[in-house]
Amino acid sequence: MQLVLFFVLALLAVAGAVGVVLSKNAVYSALALLLNFAVLAVFYIMLNAQFLGVVQVIVYAGAIVVLFLFVIMLIGGQLAPDALTAGSRRPARVVALIAGLVALAGLAYGLVSGALAPQTGQVQGSGSVQAIGRVLFTDYLLPFELASVLLLVAMIGAVVLARKPTKS
Amino acid sequence: MTAVPTSFYLVLSALIFVIGAVGVLVRRNALIIFMCVELMMNAVNLTLIALADRFGRLDGQIFVFMVMAVAAAEVAVGLAIVMALVHHRDTTNVDEINLLKG
Repeated sequence: MQLVLFFVLALLAVAGAVGVVLSKNAVYSALALLLNFAVLAVFYIMLNAQFLGVVQVIVYAGAIVVLFLFVIMLIGGQLAPDALTAGSRRPARVVALIAGLVALAGLAYGLVSGALAPQTGQVQGSGSVQAIGRVLFTDYLLPFELASVLLLVAMIGAVVLARKPTKS
Repeated sequence: MTAVPTSFYLVLSALIFVIGAVGVLVRRNALIIFMCVELMMNAVNLTLIALADRFGRLDGQIFVFMVMAVAAAEVAVGLAIVMALVHHRDTTNVDEINLLKG
């Protein structure tokens, strides 16, 4: 069962990766990248790294892909010609509708069968927040603090670089 | 622990890494090259987590955490550089960007 899941997800991950490379339009590349990141998050959870799976969704699928999309939209016209305004997109709409219905059916099945009921008690897997936190704040405290300095430097650097050039 | 052998994950991440590397080589749009670099980084992250699970240690996961922090910083600075390039040169084609050539 898990093997079947692995192969389906692996196919999706590779499809996302190929989509990033082959898409003519940068917006589609970013969306394929999102697919790849989301599938990798599922793999992380399958590999007992629950915390990193959630972080993957928040940081990569959330922040980084949104940042890419922002920049693509800001750069604008010459990069993303009629990406979202094309008129004859009927096949895409049908596929989206079917995918939405499948997701809805899965969700309804999970709710009815009780598989999605909230679990009581703590998750004690090897990659739980508790375990990661303990290691992060004892053995790896210095790299953790240095990461905060790095993020601050990157933030200042990004602001400095992205200013409109004032002179010349 | 899992039913899926670790080697499957390693082969998958190698595949994604190679796709990303090919993307860096064949595409000329700076943004897409950037996305392909992210793809390669994620492939390596998958390797680290698969091996962390295989050996039952958390160090690999901590490493992935640090890689994610560095990746976030890198994306912020890199996209700022792309924005500055568009301001200066009005292009994202890496073949036309030769500002450092004397």
